[in-house]
Amino acid sequence: MTDLLFLAFTFFIASSAMAVVMARNPIYSVLNMVVCFLGVGGLYLLWGAPFLAIVHVIVYGGAIMVLFLFVILMMNLNEVSPSKWSKWAPLVSIATGAFSTAGVALALHGWPTHYAVSVVSTKALGWRLFRAYSGPFELSAILFLAAVIGVVTMTRSAEKEQS
Amino acid sequence: MNVAGVLVLAAVLASIGMTGVLVRRNLLVMIMGVELILTAANLLMVAAGVMHGQLDMQLLVFFVMMVAAAEAAVGLGLLVLLFRFRDTISTKGLTWLKG
Repeated sequence: MTDLLFLAFTFFIASSAMAVVMARNPIYSVLNMVVCFLGVGGLYLLWGAPFLAIVHVIVYGGAIMVLFLFVILMMNLNEVSPSKWSKWAPLVSIATGAFSTAGVALALHGWPTHYAVSVVSTKALGWRLFRAYSGPFELSAILFLAAVIGVVTMTRSAEKEQS
Repeated sequence: MNVAGVLVLAAVLASIGMTGVLVRRNLLVMIMGVELILTAANLLMVAAGVMHGQLDMQLLVFFVMMVAAAEAAVGLGLLVLLFRFRDTISTKGLTWLKG
């Protein structure tokens, strides 16, 4: 059952990742990326990491992808890039998904190295994060602040230069 | 959980992301390719954590996600700037750094 779910998620992840790369319209890339991240979240859930699954779906599939969509829509970037390959995009995506599912199935069959999955509770992770890793946690807050200030000053100084 | 399958899946995902970075000319899709590579690395790290039965790996993945979020914000800011000055986000025109 677990292996079957793993194979199903593999198909979704690989085919939608290929569709991200092959899509002509960037909006389709973003939507396929959301599907890909939902699949990865499902895998995390399968491996007993519910906290990571939730964070991955919310942060990656939610926040970052909405950021991409906003940039596309605000700058009117959804120009369609002409490509002679784009006709084959759905076919190539599904074929990639099928081939990687077959590869994973071969790997599952050939090296049955199963490890027991134990669910890691969010409480345990929180204790570890705020006790042992509180330093890196605070440092990441500084990183975010630096990123925000950097982006804002970058775009504002460019605005001044332009006008 | 089976580690061999995870290795195959992560290799596929990282190769697809690398293809996106190398082949596409659209900067937006190139950034998405980088995100795909990061996701492949995250998958491997979570699998290693399950394999050795420790939760520190999940925290490491959590920090990688934080850095990826900051990286996406800065990358998109640069992209918006580039679009403002050049009216395009294709890397075809980005040759004036050649000297």
